Amino acid sequence: MARAITPRKKIMWTALAWGIGLLIFFPIMWTFLTSFKSEATAISDPPVWFIFDWTTENYSAVLARSNYPLALTNSIVIAVGSTLLGILIAVPAAWAMAFVPGKRTKDVLLWMLSTKMLPAVGVLYPLVLIAKYFGVMDSRILLVVILMLINLPIIVWMLYTYFREIPGEILEAARMDGASLKNEIIYVLTPMAVPGIASTILLNIILAWNEAFWTILLTTVNAAPLTKFIASFSAPEGLFYAKLSAASIMAIAPILIMGWFSQKQLVRGLTFGAVK
Amino acid sequence: MATEHSKSSARIMIAPAVFVLLVWMLVPLCMTLYFSFADYRPLRATFDAWIGFDNYVSFLTSSSFLSSVVTTLQMVAGILVITIGGGVMLALLLDQPMFGQGIVRILVIGPFFVMPTVSALVWKNMFFNVDNGLFSYLFKFFGAQPYDFLSQAPLLSIIVIVAWQWLPFATLILLTAVQSLSSEQIEAAEMDGASPLSRFWHIILPHLSRAITVVILIQTIFLLSIFAEIFVTTNGAFGTRTLTYLVYQRVLESQNIGLGSAGGIIAVILANIVAIFLMRIVGKNLDN
Amino acid sequence: MGRITLDKVQKKFGDVEVIPPLDLTVEDGEFVVFVGPSGCGKSTLLRLIAGLEDVTGGEIRIDGKPATDLPPAKRGLAMVFQSYALYPHMSVRKNIAFPMKMAGMDKAEQDRRIAKAAEALNLTDYLDRRPGQLSGGQRQRVAIGRAIVREPAAFLFDEPLSNLDAALRVGMRLEISELHKRLDTTMIYVTHDQVEAMTMADKIVVLRAGHIEQVGSPLELYHAPRNTFVAGFIGSPKMNLMGGEAAKRHDAATIGIRPEHLDVVDGGGTFIGKVGVSEHLGSDTFFHVHIPEMGEPMTVRAGGEVGLRHGDTIHLTPQADKIHRFDEKGLRIE
Repeated sequence: MARAITPRKKIMWTALAWGIGLLIFFPIMWTFLTSFKSEATAISDPPVWFIFDWTTENYSAVLARSNYPLALTNSIVIAVGSTLLGILIAVPAAWAMAFVPGKRTKDVLLWMLSTKMLPAVGVLYPLVLIAKYFGVMDSRILLVVILMLINLPIIVWMLYTYFREIPGEILEAARMDGASLKNEIIYVLTPMAVPGIASTILLNIILAWNEAFWTILLTTVNAAPLTKFIASFSAPEGLFYAKLSAASIMAIAPILIMGWFSQKQLVRGLTFGAVK
Repeated sequence: MATEHSKSSARIMIAPAVFVLLVWMLVPLCMTLYFSFADYRPLRATFDAWIGFDNYVSFLTSSSFLSSVVTTLQMVAGILVITIGGGVMLALLLDQPMFGQGIVRILVIGPFFVMPTVSALVWKNMFFNVDNGLFSYLFKFFGAQPYDFLSQAPLLSIIVIVAWQWLPFATLILLTAVQSLSSEQIEAAEMDGASPLSRFWHIILPHLSRAITVVILIQTIFLLSIFAEIFVTTNGAFGTRTLTYLVYQRVLESQNIGLGSAGGIIAVILANIVAIFLMRIVGKNLDN
Repeated sequence: MGRITLDKVQKKFGDVEVIPPLDLTVEDGEFVVFVGPSGCGKSTLLRLIAGLEDVTGGEIRIDGKPATDLPPAKRGLAMVFQSYALYPHMSVRKNIAFPMKMAGMDKAEQDRRIAKAAEALNLTDYLDRRPGQLSGGQRQRVAIGRAIVREPAAFLFDEPLSNLDAALRVGMRLEISELHKRLDTTMIYVTHDQVEAMTMADKIVVLRAGHIEQVGSPLELYHAPRNTFVAGFIGSPKMNLMGGEAAKRHDAATIGIRPEHLDVVDGGGTFIGKVGVSEHLGSDTFFHVHIPEMGEPMTVRAGGEVGLRHGDTIHLTPQADKIHRFDEKGLRIE
């Protein structure tokens, strides 16, 4: 648009947007600040903002609690494991649907999505039974498999939309150029598909990391990830705001950073292509 | 577009994904369906494989079912109103010329990436707590009596927490939609003499209607199964027991599997009604 | 060498027969254009030759050897796609080198051929750029470069100019013709644009609904279209086709007269009508003439500058030996 924007208007919009932005972000900011306070400062009246004795003792205290490192490891194993397993199953499927679409491709895709709409409580008890039957209650493998299954429709869907953007003529060109299927995959397909696969992995690690139904209900100690670990703070023992904040920041920081990188994929991944 | 050979290999490539999802959907769901017709209470060692529709009848006629449906509807509606209303305004705001737009976007999107247990606990303790929460300081600062949010207005408190988490999602999607509106359309409306308000009403809002529908449907599906936020704040007490939570309590807390399974099937049916509408929209979009 | 023979080649998609059994021979070194309206099966036919689609029946032979069941890579053909289909993540150099790399050619020979192709196609300065940084015409040249370095038995072009603007299209048309003269290799070229067909082809294959309507040199098609479809499709502006009384006078169901074969006369004449829209191109003037007894306006090509205006009465006489006659099945009457 070739319209003149007056500096005054721009400054006004800037002030308004920053104000609202900071307000929305405030709880995260406040948690961050509190995590560096002593427990006494954390509940001081009136609240203190930036000027206090910054301390990292809360972080060391949380880290020293024996189950934090375990919860962190569990979160990483479950989020990354379920995503990679999902990718392994989804890449061939999405690839085939994007490049060799048949009459039923659309139905299959929609059906896959519909499994995502299944409310978890509807299958809660059978899952508990099955897990107990196989002796995998409170195990990482159980959560890797379950989170893979609940996110598989999204993974297939995202990959499908990315793959569909790769023009079929390019793959035909490679075939005409004498590339075998193997070379077609190595030299043409993979380099073009990698960005889409990477975004898909990123978004799904975030979703799996934050999943808080199955992770809470199917774990006790051994496989409990950060969601469950943090939930254990819901029964407070005395002064604990600063430690809660420190634990919270450690639980959300990596994902917050990944999330900011995957803003665009978020829209694509969670609206199933219905909004462009 | 393809040769016979590639078609058959395509089927083999799709098979694993279809297979695992089929098993995932059918096996547990059939088990739930089976239990829903049984009197199954493991703690009392009761198992009667067929009692007809008794579970459905007692689940549907119990007062807790009706109140849980009301609670669920209030919660979902409250969150939708806040996120859609706020989302539209934020999207329009973020579309304006400003300095540091990227940073504001990052600030606004932040809450979506906070895990539900963390946001629930942070809000519960550091904001809503009647003794040490920030809101209490704020009330005192203005000379008002501190208010115990989670026991006085538990439903509203949970709505605030969840709306805070989902506002970024609505904003992001609506912003994408706002940005896809061609500036020529707006300029044409301006040439036709439309005021900013009527431009919003006649051009922008209709353009957003599709995105709003999608946001409503997707959020509804996710919001119907809100769990962690209730689990760590009120544990279902004080009228915050949603349908999901009620089923969870029947199944895992009171271990009345039959009754809980009937509730689970009802939850599945209700969610499917919403899902059908969403599928229609997504399906239509697949065609073009 | 590149002699391609199609023997009763047939293609069905499910139950739909896109190409009924069809015979065609493309001689070595020939420039053959498949032309027809969209949906006529011309691209499918090309893709069958390329091996990108399986034939349902019949046989394809390249230089006498059966190629029906060979995968595309083994047929020794090169193809230039409508979208150019360049590999976006590779530089121009790597794009052009790709088929040679796949063939395991040694590096020195690759470099020599790349240099030669780049020189011929004016791409030397762009070898290290990505396709995304090139203009449409340059991308087109890269796609051609990628095809020629393989020294294929034949080139296949699938509507290669349809994404270019009008001016560039004329330039590229000349370049491709020039390339054909220089390489003397078989080329099969698909287009829906009859001007491209007329200007480039040694031999035109006119297709409709998968059927070959006529095969011949551009001038054969112009002078002796075998039926009313070819008559209406080849030539610009379109031939005037008319039935009724006018046709009966020539013992035909339909007669066709090209706009350039109608003379404007001062009085009398076979057709009398009113001038509608006139298009002045400077060198030519085209009149759309409304004749009362005919449904469609007739197009007339008059010389440079003719002083007739909208609404004026015009008298027309066809050149007697340039009238094409067709029977009730639409076939040419000699």
